[in-house]
Amino acid sequence: MTSLNTSVMPRIHIDTAITGTPSSAPDTTAPALPVRISVRNLDFYYGTFRGLKDISLDFHDRKVTALIGPSGCGKSTLLRTFNRIYSLYPDQRAEGEILLEGQNILDSSVDVNELRARIGMVFQKPTPFPMSIYDNIAFGIRLLERPAKSELDGRIEEALRKAALWNEVKDKLRQSGTSLSGGQQQRLCIARTVAQRPEVILLDEPTSALDPISTGRIEELIDQLREDFTIVIVTHNMQQAARISQFTAFMYLGELVEFSPTERMFMNPAKKQTQDYITGRFG
Amino acid sequence: MSACLVLVVLAGIIGAMIFGAIPAFREFGLGFLTSSSWNVPKEQYGALVAIIGTVTSSFIALVIGVPVSLGIAIFLTQLCPAWLKRPISTIIELLASVPSIIYGMWGLFVFAPLFARYIEIPISQLVEGLPVVGTLLYATVPSGQGIMTAGIILAIMIIPFIASVARDILDQLPVLLRESAYGMGCTTYEVIRHVLMPQAAISLIGAVMLGLGRALGETMAVTFVIGNSNRLSGSIFDPGSTIASRIANAFDEAQGMQLNALLALGCILFLVTFTVLIVARLLVARVKSY
Amino acid sequence: MTMQDATPPLSQNENGHSPALMVRRERRPMRRSRRIADRLLRLACIGCTALGVLVLGSILLLLFFKGFSALSVNVFTEVTPGPNSPGGGIANAIVGSLVLTTIGIGVATPVGVLAGTYLAEYGRDSALATVIRFVNDILLSAPSILIGLFVYFFMVQPLGYNGWAGGVALAIIATPVIVRTTEDMLRIVPGSLREAGVALGAPMSRVITGITWRAARSGMVTGILLATARITGETAPLLFTAFNNNYWFSPSLMGGIPNLPVMIYKFALSPYQNWQDLAWAGALLICLTILALSTVARLLLNKEKAQ
Repeated sequence: MTSLNTSVMPRIHIDTAITGTPSSAPDTTAPALPVRISVRNLDFYYGTFRGLKDISLDFHDRKVTALIGPSGCGKSTLLRTFNRIYSLYPDQRAEGEILLEGQNILDSSVDVNELRARIGMVFQKPTPFPMSIYDNIAFGIRLLERPAKSELDGRIEEALRKAALWNEVKDKLRQSGTSLSGGQQQRLCIARTVAQRPEVILLDEPTSALDPISTGRIEELIDQLREDFTIVIVTHNMQQAARISQFTAFMYLGELVEFSPTERMFMNPAKKQTQDYITGRFG
Repeated sequence: MSACLVLVVLAGIIGAMIFGAIPAFREFGLGFLTSSSWNVPKEQYGALVAIIGTVTSSFIALVIGVPVSLGIAIFLTQLCPAWLKRPISTIIELLASVPSIIYGMWGLFVFAPLFARYIEIPISQLVEGLPVVGTLLYATVPSGQGIMTAGIILAIMIIPFIASVARDILDQLPVLLRESAYGMGCTTYEVIRHVLMPQAAISLIGAVMLGLGRALGETMAVTFVIGNSNRLSGSIFDPGSTIASRIANAFDEAQGMQLNALLALGCILFLVTFTVLIVARLLVARVKSY
Repeated sequence: MTMQDATPPLSQNENGHSPALMVRRERRPMRRSRRIADRLLRLACIGCTALGVLVLGSILLLLFFKGFSALSVNVFTEVTPGPNSPGGGIANAIVGSLVLTTIGIGVATPVGVLAGTYLAEYGRDSALATVIRFVNDILLSAPSILIGLFVYFFMVQPLGYNGWAGGVALAIIATPVIVRTTEDMLRIVPGSLREAGVALGAPMSRVITGITWRAARSGMVTGILLATARITGETAPLLFTAFNNNYWFSPSLMGGIPNLPVMIYKFALSPYQNWQDLAWAGALLICLTILALSTVARLLLNKEKAQ
């Protein structure tokens, strides 16, 4: 399995189109994995504080990439640059490039609303809208399209099935989204995102507010979703990262320390810092 | 956006007041403020009676109202058992929502006669002939209507208002403050007097000023019980006028210069009230309006 | 005067007394004056509260007593009687008040909700928003007679007494209330809900109308109900705007509009018995309306809090 081994070459700027081959990385011999998102020299500022320092990183298509690191390392910050949700807050800004299919999404000419439909996000705390389950999902669909009622019904069912929630709510679609349990609410949020048929799904510590059983179900769900979507997940639970991701990036104090296939990262990390974190020496 | 409409309205109010009042001031000059005559046929107007009435009645309202309001607020926040707190708070808020015209009617039909019989007449008999007190407390016509009555009714009206605000202020004081004081063995009285009150003092003053602002501008309740006379009298039991009641009374038939005089009165009231309110707002953080 | 709980070491202090004895001595009862002061305060506070309750009770009793005895079907069906003519009702005043209140709330609600939304969602802590908030709070407590004068100046002097002016005056009184409650309720909505909406690609306006407003719905309705209760009894502003009328009014709302508060004012101070009775009936109606509105508003608010 090829990978970007940043421990060997700290700053590899690979611009790989979806079907292209890597333009450098001399030690890769197997066919390259297509890349969905490519981050290059990304800096992020909260006011004058530099939250991300020159991050460069690739996210492979239809794989789960986990971002791990101690609190404050910048993993959530990085995640939130992908759908530009930071632009809600005037003193936060990003500089650099994030390429989605060759287009820099940080460019001001990009339609942010359309971008956010292509890159969906699920938050740490489940956020069902104050409406029925049906309307929760329909809300996202109706933003960009105007499907006929029958098509809409079909889309909603499809989304709920993909989120492994259909069987539990199919008889109560008209009930309020807030009447569901925590785990179900989170799956509703996932269904809501999936219904828009995005290319990428961002998950910001999606299970940290849930009980272990719900967590397990959502982890299974992520594994299934991987077949259709590129997934980036922020987690402070290393076991979770080890369980569900194929690639892992370890960040510390706003910098990318190491990025490699998950197995290699956890069994044989290249950097001492990574090793220390994984074995629990800090964070 | 429509938010600017709010600003526009306020600017408009200021403008109108000043605009309408200018002719009156031009005619009489500053003497308007000190003249006590109000003679329609002769077209002579002076604001003194109304101003004194307003000031006196509001003063009485504060003297009576503030201690009672604070008493209620203290009761609700410090002494009240939990099960009683909600019902009594609700009652206080209901008192606050009673429109002033109803207070006026109650004042006129219930309170005034009782006041006349049980307070005005006995006191007048008591102080008759005495030097200062003799004029101040002597009712020439013990009808129960007068400045004192108006002051009392005003007090009753502003009590629920100040009490709610004060209750919110006291509630927002950090619990730790109370606990550390009690922990030292202070009695409730001492905790309140030496710890809580000083801490909340500034905000409480703001609350009192809010009440004052309300009392100054109160119209209907006062109009019912103040007797609406144009003469300046030395007794607080005698009828008088406030700015608001004068405007309310004379407006429908007012023309020409009288109208301008009334608008001038309005201008004065506006300046005073808004100054008080602005200071109050600066002292108190936001106040719940519900 | 603290109590010494812990057992001090058994050595002697400067007075020559052993600390153990000191401890016992300290535990004497508090000075009488402190206890008396405390008691007095408690009694005073309870007294004040009792006074408040008593007054409310007295007012309500009076109102119900006199008002109910004056109520009859006539009250609702007949028009206000002329001076010295018997019987009559207050139907025109009731309808007039309904019309004026509807205009007032009808104007105040959109302006208030939009302004409140601006303050909570767009302006937030900007300088303009702060100014608007400040001015709004001032208007909230402004004497209603001044508002009446203001509207008089702009709408009545040129046009004569009319119902629109009355409605506008009421709207000016109601708007700050709605602005305030709308903003407060919207602020309570958690930011995560907004982010979730934005993350789906919804433009801010859509997030607000589709999600945030829905989340704050019952609170906003409460605000509107409270504003309605507030303007229901307002007399002063109507004195010079809608004025009054003893008959029915024209649909164009020009000319005086009969309304409950001004009618009560005139009739209560009059010498005629039937007029006074009608005034009581009107006062009762106003009070009942306000009570009903406040109760519903309070129930809604509690339901919102419980969620």
